[in-house]
Amino acid sequence: MIFKNADVVLAGGVERLDIRVEGGKIAELAPKLKGEGVDCTGLTVFPAFIDMHVHLREPGFEKKEDIESGSRAAVRGGFSQICCMPNTKPVIDNKVVVTYIKARAKEVGLCKVQPIGAITAGQEGKNLSSIGAMKAAGIVALSEDGKSVVSTGLMANAMMYAADFGLKCLCHCEDSSLVDGGVVNEGYYSTLTGLKGSIRAAEDIIIAREICLAESLSLPVHICHVSTYSGVQLIREAKARGVQVTAETCPHYFTLTDEVIANFDTNTKVNPPIREERDRLAIIEGLKDGTLDCIVTDHAPHHEDDKNVEYNLAAFGISGLETSFALSYTQLVKGGELTLPALARAMSKNPADILGLEGGEIAVGKVADLTFVDLNEQWTVDPKQFASKGKNTPFAGRAVYGRVKRTVVDGEVKYEEKRK
Amino acid sequence: MNPVIMDGKGLHRTVVRLSHEIEERNEGFHDVVLIGVKRGGEVVARRIAEYVMRTEGLALPCAGIDISMTRDDLVSAFFVPEAERNEPGFSLEGKTVVLCDDILHTGRSAVAGVEAIFRLGRPAKVQLLVLIDRGGRELPVRADYVGKNVPTSRAEYIDVHFTELGSGEDTLTIVRREKA
Amino acid sequence: MTQKDVLGLRDLSAADITEILDLGMNMKKLLRQNIKKLPHLQGKSVTTLFYENSTRTRCSFELAAKYMGAHVVNIAAATSSVQKGETLVDTGKTLDAMRNDVIVIRHPMGGAPKLLAETVKAHVVNAGDGMNEHPSQALLDMLTMREHFGGIAGLKVAILGDISHSRVAKSNLFGLTKLGAEVRMFAPRTLLPTAIDKMGAKVCASREEAVSGADVVMGLRIQLERQHAGNFPSLGEYAKYYGVNEGVLRAAKPNAIVMHPGPVNRGVELTSALIDGDMSRIEDQVLSGIAVRMAILFLLTKEEV
Repeated sequence: MIFKNADVVLAGGVERLDIRVEGGKIAELAPKLKGEGVDCTGLTVFPAFIDMHVHLREPGFEKKEDIESGSRAAVRGGFSQICCMPNTKPVIDNKVVVTYIKARAKEVGLCKVQPIGAITAGQEGKNLSSIGAMKAAGIVALSEDGKSVVSTGLMANAMMYAADFGLKCLCHCEDSSLVDGGVVNEGYYSTLTGLKGSIRAAEDIIIAREICLAESLSLPVHICHVSTYSGVQLIREAKARGVQVTAETCPHYFTLTDEVIANFDTNTKVNPPIREERDRLAIIEGLKDGTLDCIVTDHAPHHEDDKNVEYNLAAFGISGLETSFALSYTQLVKGGELTLPALARAMSKNPADILGLEGGEIAVGKVADLTFVDLNEQWTVDPKQFASKGKNTPFAGRAVYGRVKRTVVDGEVKYEEKRK
Repeated sequence: MNPVIMDGKGLHRTVVRLSHEIEERNEGFHDVVLIGVKRGGEVVARRIAEYVMRTEGLALPCAGIDISMTRDDLVSAFFVPEAERNEPGFSLEGKTVVLCDDILHTGRSAVAGVEAIFRLGRPAKVQLLVLIDRGGRELPVRADYVGKNVPTSRAEYIDVHFTELGSGEDTLTIVRREKA
Repeated sequence: MTQKDVLGLRDLSAADITEILDLGMNMKKLLRQNIKKLPHLQGKSVTTLFYENSTRTRCSFELAAKYMGAHVVNIAAATSSVQKGETLVDTGKTLDAMRNDVIVIRHPMGGAPKLLAETVKAHVVNAGDGMNEHPSQALLDMLTMREHFGGIAGLKVAILGDISHSRVAKSNLFGLTKLGAEVRMFAPRTLLPTAIDKMGAKVCASREEAVSGADVVMGLRIQLERQHAGNFPSLGEYAKYYGVNEGVLRAAKPNAIVMHPGPVNRGVELTSALIDGDMSRIEDQVLSGIAVRMAILFLLTKEEV
């Protein structure tokens, strides 16, 4: 199959090229290849996006999402690979669940699903989970997502033991004694609404702790969904010292500020909370200077029943797979902050490198995971159109640029937008 | 000039006649109490009490009554009136209450007055006394004592002035409403 | 009244607030004369839905509704059922199906009345939600001030106590500033909410500064549980350094009044001498409470026949 006349996003820039795909790989990449093909004039091709922070809810919470609906949402959002977090029921803390997820994903056959194992058994923070066995079954990383491993000693052991199996710990950073029931960022809007706030230090303290551990142990660590300006600075300083730390953020942290909570919209409830303009700008700066390596969605689909309740009782999370690219492109590239190759690194190359996954670049011999986008198409976010079961988004009604038209995984078209 | 239907002298003559009618109908003033609808009706009641006091040496119990909390349009008119609490200072239980008002028109004030009286006790009888009956009834109400019958149209109203309410003289005149 | 519900003074206009206070003045006059049989809510049903214990507020709303002839039903929902039982949205739908005209809700979580209001056709009155708002309390405070001073604009109101956890302080701040009063606040830093100065409050450095030249000195309840949470060492220490006594009050204007939403901790926020003194309007606040709630219930329901 040949894709013709596409604007291809390469590491160094964008070039108009034809792409020949064969056996799931990129066989040829050059202008005006011989032979018939799909005309892609007007479309921009990215190395397909890789989301290293997704909640698929299966097994256990299929009312919110399952592997099939999540996979459908992923390819609709331009993702060829997604890594799913272990807070399922049962928790991904043993090889059986890992094997099940991989098998189910293969059966669905849309995108590649890479499970992430829990650091501790049952995410209870007591004993390490069966890390070796899970690695053998196919996990790509470890995470206690949704919380931090409370015991610093256990966290240190987890990082060391994980390293023996070539795994990194992806750290959700939250000091629960400081959060203490907080549901939003502590600031003007928490006071205005009377919703309990949590201060930046609740996140920063654990970011600092994980950095200290990585530095002391000379091991890598990855910081999840950074939301504070001060957290960005901690990571920047650590990187400058040579600490093996990588980090991610999400579109809502560089697009929104906590003003959105003023009307108690539970779709704005997310952990860590949406913070202030100072943080938003620092997150963008962190993406620009490489302090923050990746953009992830923290896709956290929920059923309406989990959100149509009091703010305090509502579930944390945003359904993000189907808006991530457009929000990032609109905010960062159209906003003049990042180039297209830099966005491709944040959404594809860097996640692949951090987790050692295939993909992440368009080059001869590489896997043919490709996302075709019409950058000029403006559209309005409408959760009713989501393939995900989770319609929970604070972006409903927002006008964005950049529409995913086609997603190719291992050389096969897994998503093609229906013509209107 | 608006036509005067009753001046000070006329009013006095009417009060005298109405006082005697009360006495006649009730065979004296035994158990008679006077309740005047605030504020014009209260003036009428007090004038009658004053006359009976002067001529008979009898102090008839007499009080004004605020009917704003018993008006029939209280809910449908969407407002809360400024009202005064009704405390006549004497019992109405078993009495013959002469409810006094200046003008009788639709009959709604009279009914509100009866309702207000019933909130204060259960009299044996309630009789209605008015200075002017201008017709135009909307309720089955009839006065027992009428000073003067003055049929009027809806386009007219009766302007009442009493010295007790700050006017220089007592006059009741017919006024034609200005067309809006 | 331009709103379907009374959820907070943050979203009520100065004109709406003034309309409630105007009618509240009249209601209070009627109540003072012991006139408490008004027909204005005849045939209407008012349900109080309380997810938090409160005798005084519930009782005040209930009497206000009954004085105007409404049918009143009281639901005391145990806090545990918030977590386990029926959702608020479902409870709201049920109450709506029963043809309730007004639902008065108190809830430990901010924004709950708004969620209910979005669900039901009935008018919703917020009787206190978490740390968000308590509009009827602020309105009764404002009514008390207006009656004493003849107006709100230009008044200097000092609020002292646990401001952080106080929906009363915030509703007062929103309402009083909308009508042109100056609101000063003073509390230990642990009990002062973030960025309250950006909402128009003048945060003072000492209780003397807060009270100096004030027309109104309002104490807010200090709960013992705040001591256990580490917000201050002891009630005794609070009273000594943050409480208002006669000495502190001397800095206020000569005709100043002392207020407190109750229940009062005698000798903590305010000394007994102030609570029972000539300047105290604490009992008058209770009467204002019924008056202002009558006004709210009437104004919300009056447009419908």
